[in-house]
Amino acid sequence: MKKSTRFEKIYLGIVFLLMYLPVAVVIIFSFNESKLPVRLTGFSLQWYQKLFADRDMQEALVNSLILGAASCAVSAVIGTMGAVGLSRIHWKTKGALEYISILPLMIPEIILGMVLMAFFYMLNLPFGMLTLLIGHTVFCIPYILMEVKARLVGMDPSLEEAARDLGATSLRAFFDITLPLIMPAVASGSLLAFAMSMDDVVISIFINGPRLSTLPIKVYTQIKTGVTPEINALCTIMLAFTVLLLLVYSLVRKLYRKLR
Amino acid sequence: MNKLIELKNLTKNFDDQQVLRGINLDIYENEFLTLLGPSGCGKTTTLRIIAGFEEPSGGEVLFNGIEISKLPPYKREVNTVFQKYALFPHLNVADNIGFGLNLKKVDKTVISQKVSKMLKMVGLEGFEKRDVTLLSGGQQQRVAIARALVNEPKILLLDEPLGALDAKIRKQMQIELKKIQQEVGITFIYVTHDQEEALSMSDTVVVMNNGEIQQIGAPTDIYNEPENRFVASFIGESNIIEGIMIKDFLVQFDGFEFECVDKGFEDNEEIEVVLRPEDLDIVEPSQAKLNGVVRNVTFKGVHYEILVETELRTYKVQTTDYAEVGRQVGLKFGPEDIHVMYRMGAY
Amino acid sequence: MKQFKRLIIPYFIWAIIILVIPLFLIALYAFTTEGNEVMTLSFTWGNFAKFLEATYLNVILKSFWLGLLTTFICLVLGYPLALIIARCSEKMQGLLIMLVTIPMWINMLLRTYAWMNLLSDNGIINNLLAKIGLGPINMMYTDFSVMLGLICNFMPFMIIPIHTSLNKMDKSLIEAAYDLGANRFQTFWKVIWKLSLPGVVNGIMMVFLLAISSFVIPKLLGGGQYMLIGNLIESQFISVGDWNFGSAISMILAVIILLSMSLMKRMDKEKGE
Repeated sequence: MKKSTRFEKIYLGIVFLLMYLPVAVVIIFSFNESKLPVRLTGFSLQWYQKLFADRDMQEALVNSLILGAASCAVSAVIGTMGAVGLSRIHWKTKGALEYISILPLMIPEIILGMVLMAFFYMLNLPFGMLTLLIGHTVFCIPYILMEVKARLVGMDPSLEEAARDLGATSLRAFFDITLPLIMPAVASGSLLAFAMSMDDVVISIFINGPRLSTLPIKVYTQIKTGVTPEINALCTIMLAFTVLLLLVYSLVRKLYRKLR
Repeated sequence: MNKLIELKNLTKNFDDQQVLRGINLDIYENEFLTLLGPSGCGKTTTLRIIAGFEEPSGGEVLFNGIEISKLPPYKREVNTVFQKYALFPHLNVADNIGFGLNLKKVDKTVISQKVSKMLKMVGLEGFEKRDVTLLSGGQQQRVAIARALVNEPKILLLDEPLGALDAKIRKQMQIELKKIQQEVGITFIYVTHDQEEALSMSDTVVVMNNGEIQQIGAPTDIYNEPENRFVASFIGESNIIEGIMIKDFLVQFDGFEFECVDKGFEDNEEIEVVLRPEDLDIVEPSQAKLNGVVRNVTFKGVHYEILVETELRTYKVQTTDYAEVGRQVGLKFGPEDIHVMYRMGAY
Repeated sequence: MKQFKRLIIPYFIWAIIILVIPLFLIALYAFTTEGNEVMTLSFTWGNFAKFLEATYLNVILKSFWLGLLTTFICLVLGYPLALIIARCSEKMQGLLIMLVTIPMWINMLLRTYAWMNLLSDNGIINNLLAKIGLGPINMMYTDFSVMLGLICNFMPFMIIPIHTSLNKMDKSLIEAAYDLGANRFQTFWKVIWKLSLPGVVNGIMMVFLLAISSFVIPKLLGGGQYMLIGNLIESQFISVGDWNFGSAISMILAVIILLSMSLMKRMDKEKGE
């Protein structure tokens, strides 16, 4: 490979600056003393203190965590089972089912949100945690399903046969061989799903209850009113959380590759 | 020797495709039997039916006289070495080998003893804790064999086990496999498309094509006395000539009559004759009935391959003698070099 | 193995109830009038006809135009970037691609909000401008701020697929082109660009889909009055309460997306051959 020219380096720099500078500004000003997010006046953690003292925020955070964990758990079960089932059938409907499985990732979120809202309303389901949970499975299941399916496709079918050949019943072969081998995919898919659930705002806006708020919804409603240092602090925390999830995710992927 | 397995009129259809068209085969104790044939001939399907991964569409599989074709694989005293080894990547070498014994709830110390013994036999002493994904192809192969044999099966099935190895290790493993088979003294059923592998290792070779058995016999019989054109052309190189069996020990082809050692055909039956290239000699034209012109000479290392064009066809000859292109030569062969076989339909 | 087929049942039921039925429901809403009760169905084209009113038509056209423009700018800026990255050493590529990917993981709200810090009337940029004596420029709540938000948010979706197809390309093809006498421009145009087209098409589809259906970015950077299709849908469902009309808009959005996707796919096929 040849070295990039100076022009290319500058170009790379500008694009990355555009992508990262705004986020960097958010982080920097979250530690700023002044209320006005314009000039740096000094280091302070007061905005974080204020944030942690905020009851609503705490509640929103807890809601988000519960929702993320629950939708990720439900999706992991349904998605993994679905992927295994999908790999074992040879019907003509398989194509349609596979198409449906990626549908939620192709339909714009806004339409999904609106569709779900109308549907829940018609069913007379009270808007709240349950509707949020069901709604979040819409984008969580496809992620897990796709990860697990990819893993299953890459797996040698004679592994399970070998287990049965060595004396395992089909059930044992599944639990002793197939399940451990797809587990990393289930884990990485679930992490992805968890991150998506923790971040989702568009679908949640449509289907959250009147008094229920998740962290992203909280941020969304507050941002609309303008820039404040508290939100800078909140955003920084969310960013840190995302980075943490990313690290765990890449760790799982590494494990996953090792097993190949 | 006792009959261990009997396949009776075995058929198998996948969708509308018939992959086995009535296989009849007896397999004996302590036999090294090879199913040989081109890909798609049904050899792997036959093996998978014996292992229990496929159910036959028709016919019977008898094990010691008992019908087993509906029995699930885990209830059969048969173990398999898979083509790509199918070692469990999340288990180490010892856990892979001990997998079957663990399922049978064998005592842990007994398992580890047996595992060590097996590893010793396949030449991998001290490999217990190794990660199977980091082993070389040949080592994985050995682990796969040990994993199957530790369960003390009556029969070991091997599905092209050497296919993924490079040529040198392959040769070495061939010898080793044969040694292991003699050591454990059980039946090996081996599937391959490599004729050399089949001939060098087996007690019995079963040549298959198109879902049918073409010939069953010892390697020398298969090579020297092919029963039909398919076997003759699939195994080794050959000149195949249509002719007529005038009477016992006398055959006619290419306009001449030759003495031969075959008998039992009807008089004047239409047959085919196989002449192996290495059985032909190049001599002065006056010394042989068949004469021709050398058209092409290729040096093959040990011998020359010479194409001799006669009046009716071109013969392939393998000889250590050199003959220049364009020379008029004679083709000489003895009665025992002529192999007469039944004439088949279009091949 | 057969028994594991049944594992698909929960997924199957979920897909039917949560995806298929609601989507049909929306089609039902779009073609009926009034009342959210299923009992009082009466068929109509009215919801679609309403669309031809100038205000709504303008929203569609504007969304379409902004989507196209965003996609185009992302392509023009993103392609050279992907090309530069693809020419770096293996290690550097990994690092740069990671730098491109990370923003995709950062919450979109956060990324959008970050621009508000910079762009608002008394934000950082205007403050810096004031220091050198330049009057405040109104950047927030304009087409400019919305476009900037869209481009910066969706750029990675353009870069990654292009980089993937550039990276997959056999490097000896480029050398072969030079060897056969092509100059740099010809090599790029006849070999590199042609072979990277699948990635380009993928990138265009993703960015266009995201841009035309975006809703949070125009709302935050364009202000409450800024209307793109996404905002129109939201307002019909949440503030106005005309679900039938809202469903009709969604269907139109879905049709636009499906049409442009199949168009791109066809172009991809024709060019590929």
